[in-house]
Amino acid sequence: MSEVLTGKSFVHGDWACAEGAIAAGCRFYAAYPITPATEIAERLAQRLPRVGGKFIQFEDEIGAIASVIGASYSGQKAMTATSGPGISLMLENIGLAVMTEAPCVIVNVMRGGPSTGQPTGGAQGDVMQCRWGTHGDTEIIALAPQSVQEMFDLTIHAFNLSERYRTPVFLMADANIGHLYETLQIPEAKGIEVVNRKRPTEKPGEYQPFSAGPDMVPPMACFGDGYRFYATGLTHNEKGYPDMSVEAQDRLVRRLCDKIRRNADEIERVEEHYTDDCDVLVVAYGITARSALSAVKRAREEGIRAGLLRLVTLWPFPDGRIEALAKGIRGAVVAEMNYGQLVREVERAAMRRVEFLPKLGENPHMPEEILAAIRRASK
Amino acid sequence: MTPPGHPHSKSLRVERLPHIWCQGCGLGIVLHAYADALEETGVDLDKVATISGIGCAGRASGYVNTDAFHTTHGRALPFATGVGMSRPDIKPVVISGDGDLFSIGGNHLIHAARRNIDVLVICSNNFNYGMTGAQFGPTTPSETKTPTSPYGNIENPFNLAALVAAAGATMVSRWTVMHPIQLKNSIKRGLTKKGFSFIEVITPCTTGYGRLNRLSPLDMMRMLREKGKIRKVPPTEAVCDPAREIVLGDFVDVEKPTYNEVFETLTHRAGVAS
Repeated sequence: MSEVLTGKSFVHGDWACAEGAIAAGCRFYAAYPITPATEIAERLAQRLPRVGGKFIQFEDEIGAIASVIGASYSGQKAMTATSGPGISLMLENIGLAVMTEAPCVIVNVMRGGPSTGQPTGGAQGDVMQCRWGTHGDTEIIALAPQSVQEMFDLTIHAFNLSERYRTPVFLMADANIGHLYETLQIPEAKGIEVVNRKRPTEKPGEYQPFSAGPDMVPPMACFGDGYRFYATGLTHNEKGYPDMSVEAQDRLVRRLCDKIRRNADEIERVEEHYTDDCDVLVVAYGITARSALSAVKRAREEGIRAGLLRLVTLWPFPDGRIEALAKGIRGAVVAEMNYGQLVREVERAAMRRVEFLPKLGENPHMPEEILAAIRRASK
Repeated sequence: MTPPGHPHSKSLRVERLPHIWCQGCGLGIVLHAYADALEETGVDLDKVATISGIGCAGRASGYVNTDAFHTTHGRALPFATGVGMSRPDIKPVVISGDGDLFSIGGNHLIHAARRNIDVLVICSNNFNYGMTGAQFGPTTPSETKTPTSPYGNIENPFNLAALVAAAGATMVSRWTVMHPIQLKNSIKRGLTKKGFSFIEVITPCTTGYGRLNRLSPLDMMRMLREKGKIRKVPPTEAVCDPAREIVLGDFVDVEKPTYNEVFETLTHRAGVAS
């Protein structure tokens, strides 16, 4: 079986995510079964041994993410996939991946919470958890696919960003997308952009594993390559050794956060429809963005100048673009499948209150609901 | 501060010395035995990854001149699993403590043994959580007074050797830091053996356990020498009770296919599937 299954197929989002991982060069996957992400594990259990990769089903999600970091440090592109309860268990080691700058991809096929919640019911209730869940000051990258095609495309993009910035990247899919069947077009392998981490050019004795240049991303040596370096979750200096000084904490945390913040323009990705002249700005992501686009088009037919800003990256949050679009609008609408999460970010960036449409339970917003909110916001 | 002509300048990061451990602590002896074993076996130090969890024993990885990683509490073994699966040419060695490996990391430990991951585990057992101030843990003998068991420990301790043997370990040994030569020899064997190898090292926590129980470092070392009895017994009979007897020796040494070796057959099975 070839490594990239070029061609057209009718598949679900979890399947597309698994194929995207393989196309991106992922050769290590570890996970614990959980609805609605299990299908990613099932697909990769079948596929990885055929392409020279490794698959392991762990005793829990904590072990899964720890092994992913170990694989990443051994030079592999590594991934795990789970849902909210699994992310809750992984958060400590996600912090370790941030702290030790281990490139990896974490897929959250979101279901209704809190706690066990609604295992088969889609939701967007973990978008703040992925941003703030692990302790301490961190910056994170998170992407939100809205189609089966994007489960493939954005999984590759997530790997590329993780390799580029040496950081864990979240793919935040709602269960509605994970379980949706649609047409997927997989391009030729040579047409797929694949980014690989920067390797050190120094000799082993001269290499400092956490010394970075102007882009703030240190080149990464891997275990077994002869560099004999040390990494720790403790605050460390450029050599990787523990350093409990005030200066070391300040220097390290600033760099870890700033390598994302200062490169935010390069990382942030949004999709805009009819925003050039809009009076009402709709902000949505994931499955909700599809209903929102339909609502915006219908509002335009009614003569309301509505526009859609669809968030492809949830984090870093596109503050600047929202601030710019919010100038001169009459109103804004945020629709998301939770009880109020990214709406707070939109209000903060837009510096105004917005018409908020929460949604609890697995059914996505109907376009009519969003259209009604657009009408209210246009007055 | 690089000690001139340090005898372990090959296997240790001598510029990191002196280590952080207390006077009278046995963890330096464990590190010494590991360093000796690395040098005497002649293993390629570029192909060893020393991985540890959290706690006093977990700081060992920072002194070893191999690739090394100091993971989160209890997670050294799944991390090592990821390393060994990705790079079968690398020998992962987990050096950590009883609390890290058997309390917070206990589930990972039994599953790594069950899978027969190719890893050497050196577990220092000091009968308490030393780093946080000598609280009782899963190895603390019953009735012991600690800061979190002020009226005596009401729990029962694990027998680590018996537990890992039951979980499927292919090599199980127990020594004390008063048996450094035997310890080194077991480590040498574990370094070259394929499969899940487990070496328990009984070591005194002088500042925590010792001070609170009115035992001087010398008292504790004497206790290890007096209570330590080398016996050829199955692991289920390898008693570990500092008040009575600490049975020492090599309890298990068998050969089984490792997880990586079995995984290789999947490639074949997947190839012949549709």
